[in-house]
Amino acid sequence: MTVTEDRPTTEVGSSRLRKEDQRLITGRTRWTDNITLPGMLHLAMVRSPVAHAKITSIDVDAAKASPGVVAVFTGADINDEQGSLPCAWPITEDQLAPPHPSIAVETVNFAGEIVACIVARTAVAAKDAVELVDVEYDDLPVVLDMAAAAEGGDLTHPDLGTNVSATWVFDSAEAETGGNVEQAISEAEVLIERTFRQQRLIPAFMEPRSVVCDPTGEQTTVWSATQIPHILRLMLALTCEISESKLRVIAPDVGGGFGGKLQVTPEEVVTLVVSRRLARPCKYTETRSESLLAGHHGRDQIQKLTLAAKQDGTVTGLKVELLADMGAYLGLVTSGIPILGAFMYNSIYKFPSYRFVCKNVFTNKNWTDAYRGAGRPEATFAIERLMDELAAEIGVDPIDIREKNWIKHEEFPFSTVAGLEYDSGNYEAATAKAKELFGYDALRAEQRQRRDAGDQVQLGIGISTFTEMCGLAPSRVLGALSYAAGGWEHASIRMLPSGKVEVITGSSGHGQGHETAWSQIAADRLGMPFDDIEILHGDTQVSPRGLDTYGSRSLTVGGMAVVAAADKVIEKAKPIAAHLLEADADDLEFSAGRFNVKGTDSSVGLTDVSLAVFAAHNLPDGIEPSIDAEATFDPANFSFPHGTHLCAVEVDTETGETKIRDYTCVDDIGKVVNPLIVEGQVHGGLVQGIAQALFEEAVYDDAGTLVTGSFVDYLVPSAADIPHFTTGRTESPSTTNALGVKGVGEAGTIASTPAVVNAVVDAVRHLGIDDIEMPCSPHRVWTALQTASSGADTPRDKTMVDDNADPSHNAQVSDGSGAEGFTGQGGLG
Amino acid sequence: MIPAAFDYTAPESVADAITALGSDSEEIKVLAGGQSLIPVLRLRLAAPTLLVDIGRIEELSGITEEADTIVIGAMTTHADVAESDLVREHAGLLAKAAQTVADPQVRHRGTLGGALVHADPAGDLPAPILVLDAELVIAGADGERTVAAADFFEDMFTTAVGENEILTKIRVPKHTGWGAHYEKFTRVAQQWSIIAVAVTVQVDGGVISQAKVGLVNMGSTPTRASAVEQALVGQPATGDAAKHAASAAADGTSPPTDTNGDAAYRRHLATVLTGRAVRAAVGG
Repeated sequence: MTVTEDRPTTEVGSSRLRKEDQRLITGRTRWTDNITLPGMLHLAMVRSPVAHAKITSIDVDAAKASPGVVAVFTGADINDEQGSLPCAWPITEDQLAPPHPSIAVETVNFAGEIVACIVARTAVAAKDAVELVDVEYDDLPVVLDMAAAAEGGDLTHPDLGTNVSATWVFDSAEAETGGNVEQAISEAEVLIERTFRQQRLIPAFMEPRSVVCDPTGEQTTVWSATQIPHILRLMLALTCEISESKLRVIAPDVGGGFGGKLQVTPEEVVTLVVSRRLARPCKYTETRSESLLAGHHGRDQIQKLTLAAKQDGTVTGLKVELLADMGAYLGLVTSGIPILGAFMYNSIYKFPSYRFVCKNVFTNKNWTDAYRGAGRPEATFAIERLMDELAAEIGVDPIDIREKNWIKHEEFPFSTVAGLEYDSGNYEAATAKAKELFGYDALRAEQRQRRDAGDQVQLGIGISTFTEMCGLAPSRVLGALSYAAGGWEHASIRMLPSGKVEVITGSSGHGQGHETAWSQIAADRLGMPFDDIEILHGDTQVSPRGLDTYGSRSLTVGGMAVVAAADKVIEKAKPIAAHLLEADADDLEFSAGRFNVKGTDSSVGLTDVSLAVFAAHNLPDGIEPSIDAEATFDPANFSFPHGTHLCAVEVDTETGETKIRDYTCVDDIGKVVNPLIVEGQVHGGLVQGIAQALFEEAVYDDAGTLVTGSFVDYLVPSAADIPHFTTGRTESPSTTNALGVKGVGEAGTIASTPAVVNAVVDAVRHLGIDDIEMPCSPHRVWTALQTASSGADTPRDKTMVDDNADPSHNAQVSDGSGAEGFTGQGGLG
Repeated sequence: MIPAAFDYTAPESVADAITALGSDSEEIKVLAGGQSLIPVLRLRLAAPTLLVDIGRIEELSGITEEADTIVIGAMTTHADVAESDLVREHAGLLAKAAQTVADPQVRHRGTLGGALVHADPAGDLPAPILVLDAELVIAGADGERTVAAADFFEDMFTTAVGENEILTKIRVPKHTGWGAHYEKFTRVAQQWSIIAVAVTVQVDGGVISQAKVGLVNMGSTPTRASAVEQALVGQPATGDAAKHAASAAADGTSPPTDTNGDAAYRRHLATVLTGRAVRAAVGG
C-alpha cells in the first residue's frame, strides 16, 4: 500500500517547495479574468471625475446606441436591487453612516465613485461607450482635511449633520485594567508628546479585482478575486435580498489581497444585479487605474500621543487621541480598523495606565478599510517611535529603554493594560539574537565616528520591538466589540477509498501557500504522504463553512481546524481498525499512519480503513460507514507573535536621500510549519512596511482628485530598491493552540515601518531633528535638515508638511551645512 | 486599459512611412517602440486614428561610424545604444544614460529616436543628445533636413519633427577620450528622473579643457548649464573645482513641483548632483 520510507518523518518544520507555485507563477490556472462563459457580457464603469457633487442629469442615449452595447444602468435604474453596501462593524451604538449605493444615485461623494455601468458584448465595446455617457454635476463643497472635518465646517454628508461617524474610547481606569492616565500625565517626570501621521496607502495587490456572475443555473454563481468567498456570499445575499441558498461564491486562484480584497465591492454588487437583470453571464475586470482609484485604501490616521514616564525611563502612562479618515463611506470593516490597533499601543511594555480615544471622520475621498496589519501597524509605529523619543529625551540607548519596560519572559502569561492576555514570548532572546546578527555595537561605533567627523552621509539605527495580536479571533471577543460575525474556522477531511485525502478548509488563500502548509499539517496528523493530500478551498459549494483569510488567522485558526478534523478521523477509524485487527480498541496505538496492537507486530493502515469503510462489507455493528470528519475551531485567545527588528539607514545630508544598508529581524512566531513560506511572508511583509516608511503615499489634490493614480506616481518599490534582509527566529510556542503557532502574515509589515523611520530620524537627530513625516522622501528629509539648520521650528511642530509648499528657507540651500567636498559618499547614489 | 480603436500600418521603408503620414486619417501617431505611446493609448489619454509602426524599417536601426561622427538609426533600442562599443568609446555619456532608462524590458523595446521625439522633460536621452551637440536627421515628403539638437527640443513633448516627418538618424560628433557621467536621481529604480545631470568633459594634463553639462527635468526641455560649463573650463579636475562651478547649475532653470519635490528642492539637487557628476566624469 502506501510507501512511506522516503518521506521525512515530520512534515511540519520542513521547507517544502510550494505545491501551488507552478500554476500560479505560469498563470496557467483559473484567475477570475480568465473565465469565459457562453454568451457572457462585459461591464465597464463610468466613474465620477469630481469628489463631491449632486448629479443633475445623466444622458446615456449615445452610449446605448454605441456598437455592441446591450444596456446602460444608472443608480436610479438598479436602486431597488442594489441595496446599501454593508458595514459589518458598528463600533458604537450611535455610529453614523450614510447609505452606500454601489452606483451613486443622487450625489457622488468621492472621485472614482461609479455613476453608470455599461454592458456590452465585448470589453472593448463597453470601454468605448464609457466616454459617451454625459453626466452633469452640480459641485458641492469638498471635504478633504480630516482634522478640519472633525471640527465641523463643510459636511461630507449633510444629512448626518456631522463629519464624525463615531467616537470610541478605551480607558484602563474604566475597564479596571490599569490606572488613570490623566493622573499619570499630571505626575509625570518626563512627558513625550508627538503627533504622527499615518499616510493614506493603496493595497496594490498584483491581480486587479475581477468578478464574473452566472445567473443561468438554479444557483447564481459568483466568481470573484476576493479574500472572503464565504462572507461575500452572506453579504451579497443580505445586500441584494437574494436567498443565500441561491448563491454560490467561488474565489478561484486569487493574486494577492493584503486586505484590499477583504471587501464587498460595488463592482461585485453591480455585476450580480446586472447579470440577474439581463439573465446573462457578466464579467467585470478593473483596470490598474481603477484599482488605485476605487479599490479601498488603507491607513490615513492622525495620532496625537502623550507618553508619561519617570526620569529613570519607567513608563507610567500612554494617551492616544486618534483621528481616522473613513473616506466617503464605511466599507465592510472600515470603522473597526482603528479599533484593531486600540489594544496594541501598549505593545510589549508594562504601562500602568492607558487611554485610547478614536474619532472616525468622513471626507470626500475613497473609503479606507483593511490593509496589511490593519490598525496594528499604526499602533506599533506610534509606540516604537515614542520609545525612541523617550530614550533620546532621557539620554539612554533605545534598546535599554525598551528592556526596562518590557514584559520579562518569566512574567508570561501577562495581562496587559489594554485587557489582553499575552500567552508567551521572550523579548530578551529575540533582541539578543537580533543585536548579534546585526552587529549592533559595531554599527553604533560607526555612527559615532561619522557624527564626530561631520560626514556628509550619516548613519542611523532604528529599532522596533513589536508584537501584534493575530489569529482573528475568539468569537466572543468579536461579539464584545460589536463585530457582526464570529472568528471560528472550519475544516473537513474526506478519506478517499484509493487512499488519498481531501482536506477542505474554510480559509481562502490568495497567495499564502495554504495548500502546501495544510498538506504538511494533515500529513503529519494522519501519517500520510504529503503528495496524497489535496487541499480544497474557496468555493462555498465545496467548502460549505468558513470565515476566510485575513488578520493572520489562517494557520492559527484554520490550521487548527484541520488538526481537529484529522484527530476526529483517527477517532472514527479506531474502532474499525480494532475490528479489522480483531483487537480491543483500547489496545491500539496510532503512529505514522498505522494502528498497531500494542506489544505486537499486528497493524492496519489508516488507508486500509478508508477502503474498508468504502466497501462497508465488514464493519462493527452500529458503526456508520464513514471516517470522514469535520471540525470547527474557535480560538480561546489571540496569538501574539513578536520580534526585534533592527535597521541601519544612511542619510545623505546634501540630498536627503536615504538608503537602507542593513536590515535584520528576529521574529518569534511560535512553531513554524514551513520555514520557506515564513521567509517569504517575512520578506514581503518587510518590503510593504518599508514602502510605507519611504515610498508610498496616496495623494489627493485640493479638488479631491487622486494625484497618485498610476504606478508612475504611486511608488511601489521593486527588488532593486530593497536591501538584502538578514532574518532569524526564536521560538516561544503559543500555549493557546495545539500547533503552537502564532501567525506571520502581517509581522514584517507591522514591524518594519517604525524600524526604518526610527533609523532615518536617528541618523539626523544630532542635527536637531526628532521627526520626519512618512514617507521619508528625500525632499522631506532634506526639508527637515534645512529647517533644523536654519534654527526654525522643529519639524514636529509643523506636522502637516505640505509637499507642494515652497518653504522660504529653501532659498539659501547652497549654503547648507555638512557639504564637505566629496568624501563619504560610499554606498549612496 | 483598452485603447480606442485605430488603424494600423507597418511600412517597410522610410518613403512608405512618409506616405502613410500624409494620408487623410484624422490623427496619426508614429509607433517607434511604444514604451510611452502604448501606455498613453491604453489610458486613453490619446486616441489616434492611425498608428504608423516604423519598427519594420530596417534602414532605421543600427550604429555606424562616419569619420568624426557616430550615426545611430532612430529605431536603435536603448539596450543596443548602451552596449555599443562605438557609442561607449566615442559618446560615453549617451551609453551611460541609455543604461539607466527604466528596466531591461523597456531598454530592449524602447528606441532612441522614439524617446527623443516623445521629448518627455524627465526622459534620460534628450539631455545627452543636447550636450553632445548631436544633429538630428528628419525625413519628410521633400527629403531630408538636419536640425541641431539645440534647436530640436521646442517644448514639453514637442520637437522640430513636423506632422508628416519622421526622425531617421542621430549624428553624434565623436567625443573620444572625454570623461562622462550621467547622475540620475530617483526614489525607486523604475521611476522617471526627479532630476538628472549629464556631463561630459575633456581633461588635458589635469585641467578641464572642455566641459558640457545638461540638466533633465529642470524645465520643459533639456537645458545646458552654460554657466557651469564656462566656469569649469581651465579649472583643475578636482572635486573642489567641480563643486564650486556647480553652484551655478540651477541658474535660469524653471523646474516643476510635484509629489517628489518642489522647484526649490530641484534647484538644490541640480547644484549638488552637478558637482558629483562632474567629479565622476573627470575621474573617468
